[in-house]
Amino acid sequence: MKRDDMNADHQHHEHPAISYGKFVGVWLALLMLTALTVAASGLQLHVVGVVTAACVATLKTLLVLYIFMHLMYEERIFKIALAVGVATLAVFIALTFADFPFR
Amino acid sequence: MTAAVIAAAPREPSYLAYRGRYSGILGWIFSLDHKRIGVMYLIAQAVFFLVGASLGVTMRLQLMRPDNHLVQPQVYNALFTLHGVIMIFLFVIPSLSASFGNFFLPILIGAKDVSFPKLNLMSWYLFMIGAVVALMSLFTGNGPPDTGWTFYVPYSIRTSTNVVMGLTGVFIIGFSSILTGLNFITTVHRLRAPGMSWFRMPLFVWALYATAWIQVLATPILGITLALVVVERLAGVGIFDPAKGGDPILYQHLFWIYSHPAVYIMILPAMGAITEIIPTFSHRTIFGYKAIAMSSMAIALLGSLVWGHHMFVSGQSDVADITFSLLTFLVAIPSAVKVFNWTATLYKGSIVLEAPMLYALSFIFLFSIGGLTGLMQGALAVDVHLHDTAFIVGHFHYVMFGGTGFGFFAALHYWFPKMFGRSYSDKVARLAWGILFVGFNTLYFPFLILGWLGMPRRYYTYSFPQFASLEMLSTVGSWILVTGILLMVGNFLHAALKGARAEDNPWGGVTLDWKIPSPPPLENFEQIPVITQGPYDGFEGQAPR
Amino acid sequence: MSNAANLTFSQPTRHMTQETHHDYTGSKLGMWIFLVTEMLLFGGLFLVYAVYRYMHPADFHNAAQDLNVFIGTVNTCILLTSSLTMALSIATLQKGQRQAAVWLLLTTILLGIIFLVNKYFEWTAKIHHGIYPNSAEMLRFPQGEILFFGLYYVMTGLHGVHVVAGVVLLSIMVNVIRRKPCDVHVFGAASPGPAGVRRLTLTDATGHEMWTSEGIGELIDSVSVVVNYRPSEGRMRPQDYVALENCGLYWHLVDIIWIFLFPLFYLIT
Repeated sequence: MKRDDMNADHQHHEHPAISYGKFVGVWLALLMLTALTVAASGLQLHVVGVVTAACVATLKTLLVLYIFMHLMYEERIFKIALAVGVATLAVFIALTFADFPFR
Repeated sequence: MTAAVIAAAPREPSYLAYRGRYSGILGWIFSLDHKRIGVMYLIAQAVFFLVGASLGVTMRLQLMRPDNHLVQPQVYNALFTLHGVIMIFLFVIPSLSASFGNFFLPILIGAKDVSFPKLNLMSWYLFMIGAVVALMSLFTGNGPPDTGWTFYVPYSIRTSTNVVMGLTGVFIIGFSSILTGLNFITTVHRLRAPGMSWFRMPLFVWALYATAWIQVLATPILGITLALVVVERLAGVGIFDPAKGGDPILYQHLFWIYSHPAVYIMILPAMGAITEIIPTFSHRTIFGYKAIAMSSMAIALLGSLVWGHHMFVSGQSDVADITFSLLTFLVAIPSAVKVFNWTATLYKGSIVLEAPMLYALSFIFLFSIGGLTGLMQGALAVDVHLHDTAFIVGHFHYVMFGGTGFGFFAALHYWFPKMFGRSYSDKVARLAWGILFVGFNTLYFPFLILGWLGMPRRYYTYSFPQFASLEMLSTVGSWILVTGILLMVGNFLHAALKGARAEDNPWGGVTLDWKIPSPPPLENFEQIPVITQGPYDGFEGQAPR
Repeated sequence: MSNAANLTFSQPTRHMTQETHHDYTGSKLGMWIFLVTEMLLFGGLFLVYAVYRYMHPADFHNAAQDLNVFIGTVNTCILLTSSLTMALSIATLQKGQRQAAVWLLLTTILLGIIFLVNKYFEWTAKIHHGIYPNSAEMLRFPQGEILFFGLYYVMTGLHGVHVVAGVVLLSIMVNVIRRKPCDVHVFGAASPGPAGVRRLTLTDATGHEMWTSEGIGELIDSVSVVVNYRPSEGRMRPQDYVALENCGLYWHLVDIIWIFLFPLFYLIT
């Protein structure tokens, strides 16, 4: 049986500390991605532009989640909870779009 | 399991007798103890149930005869709205989860409390505040809401009645529901006793766990939807109003994205309680443990994908109609898995027909009628005929009252001795059950026929004499039902005040709740038990009762 | 001294252990599940946005041109920077650098307020141009544009409410982490003081007396001591920073929501 399945008080794993430099690096990357998405929107790329904006926003989100919010060091259940939430929202949107485009 | 260890020590004062920093009523409303909070939910829910039931009886009186004018039409609209809002949001959505879940979830997994006791108390306060706000809509502003509990736009944007207050109340109750779900999920993940692996959890816990996920994932959608109606009413923001380009059918999507899964929030914990009761009174381990556990999760998953079946005649696309119809048929599978496993558990069991078991068995019967009539509406062509008729009302009362309501009564009869340390009269309980069961079917079965014949729902009155006898029969059923309810309530009140001391394990149950004193001490366990067996092992070798 | 030898000190009883019980992973799990519900709350709005944008692509495109991309970009950078200072604040507190953590937290709050001020000017500019819900000007717009601005006000408004809540939460945290720690190393011993009365004293590591009890009667032979331990610099335990961590998680979520709102409203021209 896995240890994190037990009712053990005070059990927690300390995170390996993330260096300040890494945080600053992520921040610079976020700012650069923002610049990229603003620049791309000026190019009138239509479908490509939408896809770019979505990819950039997702990438930025992953950086914030994994580094700033320490998700990469958390237990599996944290990632599952988040994935379940994202999947649920995706399904809600997908099933709603079984209606509108086919009216 | 570990009975010897737990029962050995001298008795501590029970959670009812315990004196903390406050005594009297303050000792309850400031208590962080999950058991006291569970009991407070139970009392509040019982009161709301009686209020909702009396509104329902009033509606039955109005419909008793053709062309009846017992109440004003506007009053009738308020009656069915409030009956729906109170019963749905104040009784069946918290249902067994808030009351029995709070009380027994930590006990059944061998914990001393939930993960966040303060948050738990806050949930109760939010629930009560939401309830008070919703009920205040009765007496303030331009009169109680008359939209039906679904608050469909554009009428809910245009009506002059007190919709904003009703919506605010429901919003706050939703927040309470979310926090309870969050608390339960964390508790199940973090506080299981040593050795209590996932597949050693009692099935009531599985049901609560699945319910908690629906609460967490679906309720925010309802929250934001109702908030949008509120800002639309207050600030004139264009979101759903067709005059401003909005799409009312989008509101229906959003509303049912929550409100269909909410049906499973209502029924899953009841199914869980039934799953505890049936092995105990059959003196036999549960049949198909993993199938039942997984069917709870499957119901939570599939139940979130079927909301469009409320909208077959709304004007949504044919593609959506067909998709949702198919998914609706799929959700019947896990429900049927449960029913088959319950009946298989009964097979060759030593069945004892005490009150909890009678309620549990009638749950299976009534829920099956409710579920199967639901499948009829899942078929597209049939639904066009049945939509917005009394058939629908009959169907969901079979599910919500015959299911959740009878499950609630079953749980109450099963756990009352544990919760309050008192025994009720089994004779009276069985009599009350008989009256309730007869009254229930007399009240609701005519709805199915009436709807099939074309009687619409939510109609103030009707002029067709051919409906008169069935409507009258149904109203008589409501009187029988109320008699049964009052007898049951009286039995419990008498037991609480003057009942004989209950044994620790009056039914011969084997789960952890039956291995601690009745009523349980403040911290449930002298020492946290170590689990070495499945939850329903231990019936073998038990002396026949 | 014989009196003192008879007196035994017991560790706090079970009731105390329950109260002091702390589940570090559990509290963060609870917070993450709460964040999931927040995500779905905004998710409902994103669903509405997706449907209406699908139905009125041209109107959405036109309406978005009224929004100021420059202010939007500046606000994005402000929130991203505030996320950095928030993350650094937690990291410094974990290492016990309380002072640095406070300053970084204050910077985060300041950036949050600057974001709100920008938002305020942006909204008032719109309202000055007559673009606000139910205005005569707006009701003349094509329906898709009414929906766009309705969603703009609701979604940025709800986001703004979350920023305000975050600022309040972080201000409370400033107070919590600024509190000076007190350091108890040694449980004291009871000794007959003047006039032969037994008293219990607590001393710190250097033997400095910190607290003395009332007289303890002859019949008492056991005393329970509860110490509200607060850590000293550099020796942080998880429960000392988990509250700030959870507030930080909330703040980052608010940032993430803006990461999506920004392109959806400002960059679809």
